[in-house]
Amino acid sequence: MNPSILVGTSKGLVIFSEISRNFQITEVHFEGLPISMVYIDERTDTWWVSLAHRHWGEKLHYSTDKGKRWNAAGLPSYAGIDYKPGSPASLKKIWIMQHAGKDKPNCLWLGTEPGGLFYSEDNGIHFSLNEGLWNHPSRLDDKQWFGTGKDFPFIHSIIVDPRDSRHLYVGVSCAGVFESSDGGQSWHPKNRGLIASYLPNASAEIGHDPHRILLCESDPEVIWQQNHCGIFRSANGGEDWKLVSREDQPPSYGFALAIDHTDSNQAWVIPAASDESRIPPNLALSVYHTINGGVNWNPTNQGLPRQFAFDLVLRHAFIKADEILAFGTNNGNVYASTNNGQIWRELASNLAPVCNIAVSLH
Amino acid sequence: MAKVKLTSALRRFFPALSELNVDASNVQDVIILLENEYPGISSYLLDDCGHLRQHVNIFVKGELINDRENLSDHLGEGDEVLIFQALSGG
Repeated sequence: MNPSILVGTSKGLVIFSEISRNFQITEVHFEGLPISMVYIDERTDTWWVSLAHRHWGEKLHYSTDKGKRWNAAGLPSYAGIDYKPGSPASLKKIWIMQHAGKDKPNCLWLGTEPGGLFYSEDNGIHFSLNEGLWNHPSRLDDKQWFGTGKDFPFIHSIIVDPRDSRHLYVGVSCAGVFESSDGGQSWHPKNRGLIASYLPNASAEIGHDPHRILLCESDPEVIWQQNHCGIFRSANGGEDWKLVSREDQPPSYGFALAIDHTDSNQAWVIPAASDESRIPPNLALSVYHTINGGVNWNPTNQGLPRQFAFDLVLRHAFIKADEILAFGTNNGNVYASTNNGQIWRELASNLAPVCNIAVSLH
Repeated sequence: MAKVKLTSALRRFFPALSELNVDASNVQDVIILLENEYPGISSYLLDDCGHLRQHVNIFVKGELINDRENLSDHLGEGDEVLIFQALSGG
């Protein structure tokens, strides 16, 4: 079976399949509907999609046959749960899904806005709120958990340690990185070394904005983070974060991050000029690559537009899977590389804004 | 009996959707009966807290319902219930 690239846009799910060494659009699912999440459970090759209907709310669907048939799944619910005392919570958006480990078949984690982490033990039929994180004292403090570009905080990154499925990390915007060593019963912040330049105390324990965090599967002490305030890398499981970017030159600000799971020194980012100017630096779309843990970053832009590009790549719109690097932009452009980003190829240029991307390798 | 009409926009997700005559004393009853007829439809109309979704409107006898949280608006014999999506941009 050839690999497929699943591109979630604001107007449908677009499938690119490899045909004669080129990726071509072969299918469109949920045509016209906003895709808020795309995830492939590698354990079973199950495709998951959440829809953010304008009128009908969030919906979750899955397919066990590569999109031939889609089934409705259960939904996380905040019924009876207060966001703050006396203020009921309700589901705003599904942001991220992650399987709970190879030793926990049928178990899934789900990250949502307004900040609830949910768990399913029956492959998405039912979801229950993780009370350990929801009841963390910091969540009730508006100065520690707060929305960023949204009215509420949201969980956009979930990491399950490949060595121990009870060891977890989540990334919350805004709050920061939290770790659990007991399967989610208790959580503690892991933000030492991060910078929150928008706070009076830039080194506050909580209140950070990690746009995306990824852990290297072959070297699980190494965690990468594209943050609102730069790019960070931890070599000790998040105990300390080290800034590996410079504020005065790209890459620094951005959302998209991809890493090499076989080499913890390699990562790719797609920067924007700045927080205030979310367009490519010098209007040239570039992917930056490091092979030495972020000491140096080099642009890899052959095949990408070198002028008058206004594209921004969102946090879930960039992926590396085996030899495939692929990303989509908010202008509906999709690019892929099969040689670590040395040469990029435009796959599509007239899609709707791209929010999510996933690769099915089988 | 009340007559229930739903927006055709929902037919994409519930192809068998059609007008219904239901024995309901309030709007909450209508939703329950609709869910029995079209399993899953209540999650399209109500949010996870059971409140009418922000961008869904229900009219009874041509008037927007008053109680969007508990859906307690009363229905009389022969009342017409219209369930529409709100207008939006984009």
